[in-house]
Amino acid sequence: MESLFIEGTAKTPTVRFDGDQGLIEIKGRSIPENSIEFYNPLVDWLDKYGKAPKSLTKVNIQLEYFNTSSSKCILDVFKKLEAIHKSNNEVSINWYYEEDDEDMLEAGEDYESIIRIPFKMIEIV
Amino acid sequence: MSFNVNDYYLQMNGKDVLLSYKGSISSDVINKMLESIEKKLTTTSEDGKVMKKLYNVLVESLQNLYHHVEDLPAGSDVGVDESKFGMLIVSKTENKYRITTGNFINSSKIKPLKDKIDKINSLSQDELKDMYKFILNHQKLTAKGGGGLGLVDIARKTGNKLDYSFQNVSNEFYFFNLDIYVS
Repeated sequence: MESLFIEGTAKTPTVRFDGDQGLIEIKGRSIPENSIEFYNPLVDWLDKYGKAPKSLTKVNIQLEYFNTSSSKCILDVFKKLEAIHKSNNEVSINWYYEEDDEDMLEAGEDYESIIRIPFKMIEIV
Repeated sequence: MSFNVNDYYLQMNGKDVLLSYKGSISSDVINKMLESIEKKLTTTSEDGKVMKKLYNVLVESLQNLYHHVEDLPAGSDVGVDESKFGMLIVSKTENKYRITTGNFINSSKIKPLKDKIDKINSLSQDELKDMYKFILNHQKLTAKGGGGLGLVDIARKTGNKLDYSFQNVSNEFYFFNLDIYVS
């Protein structure tokens, strides 16, 4: 299926969704006032990908900042990944956080406890 | 003496102010303020962790204003011309930063807001975490993109109580003042 690539801006992250490789990446800042508009295409893409996913989907989330408007949309992304995981496909999630950024680590733990796929927490030093 | 928003703004603009703004709250204004504070913070010797927290809380404070400022009707007689009026002042006092936001609020909205802040202030860090996760998982975003999480997130990240006041301005409107401390 077609890849989804969105270049990052000061308020929105870089997105690289590669269906052929089973690679899902979101990196940078996610602080738009209204995040729905930005995340809708991502959730739609995952919906399509979820119909015929790779046996292993690798997910890399590396956010410097995200606002509470984005937090719900990011959960929607994770819920799509959870559905893929539930239909017996492997989903491996790497949650990156900057050195000493306990808030970002905790945010990853919040998501992990809601969607019930184990996260690998990776500190960037 | 009755409350005057311009006098209040001047009075708050003492020394140690890093950033201040009053006027219409738009997406562009938010971008400019965030850019400006980021520039200022990178030239200080401030601890990276504190800077990050301050930036995060500032984003939420500004976006709270953006989502909640009243659309003031013409002739509402509150002392400002802009219909989406809000103010923000960031200052540094001793070893902590203070973010002050101010906006007009219709008197009918005071009670739910006051109840929400009082509730947040009464919770422990663990309880705030649970509340955050509950809202995250159960409440839908509004059309404007607000999620009801801003104040909870601010309280959680700062670990400090939210200071607030409501000052009567006219029959219909009060001025809502929120002080957030980041240390």
